[in-house]
Amino acid sequence: MSFLDLKNVTKIYPNGTKAVHETSLSVDEGEFMVFVGPSGCGKSTLLRMVAGLEDITEGDINLDGKLINEVDPSERDVAMVFQNYALYPHMNVYNNLAYGLKNRGIDKETIEQKVNDAAKLLQISDYLQRKPSMLSGGQRQRVAMGRAIVRNPKIFLFDEPLSNLDAKLRIQMRLEIKKLQQKVGVTSIFVTHDQVEAMTLADRLAVINNGIIEQLGTPIEIYDNPKSLFVAGFIGSPQMNFLDGNIKNKTLSAEGFEIKDIDSDFEGEVKLGIRPEHLSQSENSLINLKVDLVEQLGSDNLVYGQLKDKKDFCYRCPGNLTIEKGADLSLNIENNKYYIFDKSTGKRVN
Amino acid sequence: MKIKPLQIIAHIILILGVLLMVVPIWISFASSSHDSVTILTEGMKFHLGDQLARNYNEVLNEKGGWSEEVTAAKMFINSFIMALGIATLKVVISAMSAYALVYYRFKLAVPIFWLIFITLLVPLEVRIFPSYKIVSDLGLTNSYTGLILPLVASATATFFFRQFYKTIPDELLESAKLDGANAWSFFIDFLVPLSKTMIAAMFIFMFVYGYSQYLWPLIMTTAEEYWTVVMGMKIIYTESYEGVALPRTAERFAYIILSMIPPVLVVVFLQKWFIKGLIQTEK
Repeated sequence: MSFLDLKNVTKIYPNGTKAVHETSLSVDEGEFMVFVGPSGCGKSTLLRMVAGLEDITEGDINLDGKLINEVDPSERDVAMVFQNYALYPHMNVYNNLAYGLKNRGIDKETIEQKVNDAAKLLQISDYLQRKPSMLSGGQRQRVAMGRAIVRNPKIFLFDEPLSNLDAKLRIQMRLEIKKLQQKVGVTSIFVTHDQVEAMTLADRLAVINNGIIEQLGTPIEIYDNPKSLFVAGFIGSPQMNFLDGNIKNKTLSAEGFEIKDIDSDFEGEVKLGIRPEHLSQSENSLINLKVDLVEQLGSDNLVYGQLKDKKDFCYRCPGNLTIEKGADLSLNIENNKYYIFDKSTGKRVN
Repeated sequence: MKIKPLQIIAHIILILGVLLMVVPIWISFASSSHDSVTILTEGMKFHLGDQLARNYNEVLNEKGGWSEEVTAAKMFINSFIMALGIATLKVVISAMSAYALVYYRFKLAVPIFWLIFITLLVPLEVRIFPSYKIVSDLGLTNSYTGLILPLVASATATFFFRQFYKTIPDELLESAKLDGANAWSFFIDFLVPLSKTMIAAMFIFMFVYGYSQYLWPLIMTTAEEYWTVVMGMKIIYTESYEGVALPRTAERFAYIILSMIPPVLVVVFLQKWFIKGLIQTEK
């Protein structure tokens, strides 16, 4: 049995909404697990069930070999960082960190020691006497993390902790969280709707949709090998292009082009998925793109345009290529990196 | 700096307002420094007279009432105890009941809240006979408990605390739970310190409410040692002159001035929090 074990965990709210379907998942000790999905997909609910803030309708949660379904949140030895930090506004930073320790009846000197250590680690030693209202967003974020670290919990839970920060700070804190987690080595679950955050932080990633884990794996596995239409569309930025197509005798015909000898026995209506970064311009073109708009990001250009059938399409090319609005591009798929999904079930077929 | 006409008008209005509040108090004070005959024959005074010390000394120390047993000082103390008891208990009970209503999501929370709220429509004056019957059956007439107890339940304060608690984000409770706080420590460590300005404001309102009670102490107390200030104002300082009861006006004015001191002290002492509580934005 692994460190954290979820077995057929289900959440049904009193009004009948099924937020989490029978979900099984295990997290190893020291692992950084990320739950990613669109808002309302049940990822936070799942996290809150681990924390004990939501009742578990069905199923079992084991933490460190102990069934914790009925264990009170305060007894579970978990720490959580909330989206709005939930710092205690009337206490200074020191007391914010110390409060959980005080409640455990730890003596004053040990508390001081632990708080100072955590403050040092997070570089908030200078603000210990300040109230949260006198801190900036990034500092509050650190205090929230300090409050979690100081208790030395079995598991860290992060509920979209970066979404209140501005873009630059978010990237910085993302790095710090990852570094910190590696340094402290504590098992963590991080919930986010931002796929970049998910990709960069995770040891393993659970892509969740409508209360079901669609795919579980390392970020690269999921990026390279999405198992469903949803995962393919959710992971990767800019989003994967999807085209309608049809397979007959190992030949896929889409609007305007054909791909022969595909690696699938599937026959029927499909969706063809191509990532914008897996395309290149070439002579023997497969796809013809009429350029509408070019977004220059510096290192890359994002080229938006339309195919023959007026379908929107995106192509990502190196920033040093100059592409004019209105140009006609001939594109080819690099290394046969395309994904085929069954149109009716959304499952991958190649 | 140039003074704008609008500012002048605003200041005139403010000054008029201040005068409206201050002049009656000044007249009372000035009148309390003359002797009663002067006031009775010449009316109230704007200037100070020479009887100030005598009048105040008389008021504080003279025994009055039917049995000549109670002094004004004793009545101030009674009123102070009553007001303090009412204000303290009202705040404590309302804060706790609001806590229960907001954080314990039992099925009857909403009906119970409305039931509490409806009591606003039934002030003590309306239910004074039933209340008296209960208190007297409990044997609490002529006691501080009897003076205080029927007035301690407060729908207003419960309502204000409830509204305040509802603005406290759920994450705070959840975070505190994960930090090992139980129901009691969440109340003491979080809600009380967060609502302390609110508590101060409520305390002042309730203190003044308790201090100015008239009808309830009048009915409740037959022993003079439990008389309160507002009752005393009517009852004492009357003297008989050729068979006609004449008010001792100067002493009454002195008494009025003295009776204002305790609430004023409470307001002065708590006003910093009081104002914060009324305009509270920090959370």
